[in-house]
Amino acid sequence: MTTTAPDLRKTPGKKRGGKVIGNTGLYIATGVAALLFLVPFYLIVRNALMTDPEITGENWKWFPTDIQWGNFTEPFDDTTVDFGRALWNSWVVAILHTSGILLICSLAGYGLARIPYKHANKIFYAVLVTLMIPTAVTFVPSFVLVSSLGWVDTYRGLIIPGLFSGFTCFLFRQYFLGFPKELEEAARVDGLSYWGAYWRVVVPNSLNFFAAMATITFISGWNQFLWPLVIGQDPSAWTIQVALSSYMTNQTVNYHLIFAATAISILPLLFVFLFLQRWLVQGIAQTGIKG
Amino acid sequence: MSTTTKIDLATSAPAKPAKARPRRSLRASSTLNFWLFTGPFLIGLVIFVFVPMGWSIYLSFFEARFTVSPSTFIGFDNYQAILDNPDFTGSLVTFTVFAAFIVPTTWGLSLGLALLVHRLRFMKAFFRSVFFIPTAVSYVAAALIWKMSIFNGVRFGMANTVVGWFGVDNVAWLANPDPPWYWLVIVTLRLWLQAGFYMILFLAALQNIPAELYEAAAIDGAKPGWQTFWYITLPQLRATSTAVILLLLIAAYQAFDEFWNLLGKATWGQPPLVELYKTALGESQDYGQGSAGAVILTLLILVITLFQGKIMGFGRGEESK
Repeated sequence: MTTTAPDLRKTPGKKRGGKVIGNTGLYIATGVAALLFLVPFYLIVRNALMTDPEITGENWKWFPTDIQWGNFTEPFDDTTVDFGRALWNSWVVAILHTSGILLICSLAGYGLARIPYKHANKIFYAVLVTLMIPTAVTFVPSFVLVSSLGWVDTYRGLIIPGLFSGFTCFLFRQYFLGFPKELEEAARVDGLSYWGAYWRVVVPNSLNFFAAMATITFISGWNQFLWPLVIGQDPSAWTIQVALSSYMTNQTVNYHLIFAATAISILPLLFVFLFLQRWLVQGIAQTGIKG
Repeated sequence: MSTTTKIDLATSAPAKPAKARPRRSLRASSTLNFWLFTGPFLIGLVIFVFVPMGWSIYLSFFEARFTVSPSTFIGFDNYQAILDNPDFTGSLVTFTVFAAFIVPTTWGLSLGLALLVHRLRFMKAFFRSVFFIPTAVSYVAAALIWKMSIFNGVRFGMANTVVGWFGVDNVAWLANPDPPWYWLVIVTLRLWLQAGFYMILFLAALQNIPAELYEAAAIDGAKPGWQTFWYITLPQLRATSTAVILLLLIAAYQAFDEFWNLLGKATWGQPPLVELYKTALGESQDYGQGSAGAVILTLLILVITLFQGKIMGFGRGEESK
């Protein structure tokens, strides 16, 4: 938040003379890079609003002649892939994934950071060990476990195994270590227990950090692919990413439908980015430096 | 305010005698409280992380096809078999090369973008957002754009339209391993998705470099630009660079989503995780061999990260990692 203000002071503003050309060059370079970065977004919008003959036509068309808003309802009427179901599944999974991780990992992070216990250090090292093991690599054993629990094709199977994120717990612990102790001590003097102090003092004063973690977790929950692919054997348990992936291997390709579906799948996250970017950037900067 | 909270407390935590308020009861209950806070997480961690890991190591020594309850002990045969599988070992080699290429490129691009954006005076937030926003897109969606619209190998694809302006014939970007144009597809996709995220890390680090360093360098006669970059900026970014490279390395070996979607059933350019998926969950359903492969890959990633930590020096890493 204070990011831009001190920065303006840092950039030396004295020698203006030769700087004009330098600045123009800077803006041209940045502008060209920015245009390249926007090309994929342009392609989604272009293809989602065109008809198939326009997309596959002989000559490249930059813009649709008639904007095809109707394309956006087509994925929902498509009989080969139950897109509406997949969209719903994604919302359920992403929301429960986010709230579950936040609740479980923040509590654990606080316990590890603040509550004295003689074996706390050993337990913390056990959590650190799980950070060294990449989660994606453990999908074979996790699938073995989940399938023997009978959780294949269920929300339980999609959500629960991902809730115990050592990394999120670690980030919360680091954050709570830096939380001003005086606030909690005051609460404790007032007679609050750890539990009471946590919910009435610590959490209300940490909403920024919670928002940052929620944003990051929601994005990863929405975008995850490997685990839903493994668990969602039946199309009724597909998330939106698995559904998108299935479009690419279908026999018939409806370009306009596929890109409309892609646009719909990206939209929630674009909203998250536009409205919560403040917390997101702050969260990444904080956690990134520490991690 | 404080009276109401007291009452709440007494009702919400009945296990503790509400009257004996002072320190002694707090200390006595701190063990209990520790487990109250960390218990749910630790139980889940044991069940869903440690047990599968242990089970997987166990399974890797057994014959376990089409079943997750092992039948016969076969020692290291699963390891032997998966290491004899040219697809798996080939994917390990390919991905070491891939990592050696994608890690420095992403590092360079994200640092470059951060340096550009850092120097901007106005529209800084706008450009930062533009570079950052691809992070919102999933690998699947990006693979779809790349495969269906940019590099689809036919006339109406964007890449072929662009090369067509220069009179070049259509290129089959993904459908042909020779020449291996598919790497261009994969690398550009990864760069687009990842660079903005790491740019944010570098931007935060750039803002923390004290301005006095540059002022002192200017007094000493250092030319702004290459010299200050090489002798001040880069060394000051060392900690961030180390973290970024570590994250990139781990991400490279865990690549799955875009390869799965871009290359499908192709026999080339398959990452280790796709091979594991095929072994364990494909037609052969060989969980024993799949587990052996997972163990090998985990060990490989561990060795690489430890090795990287050694050279880059996680000097004060003890507390930060």
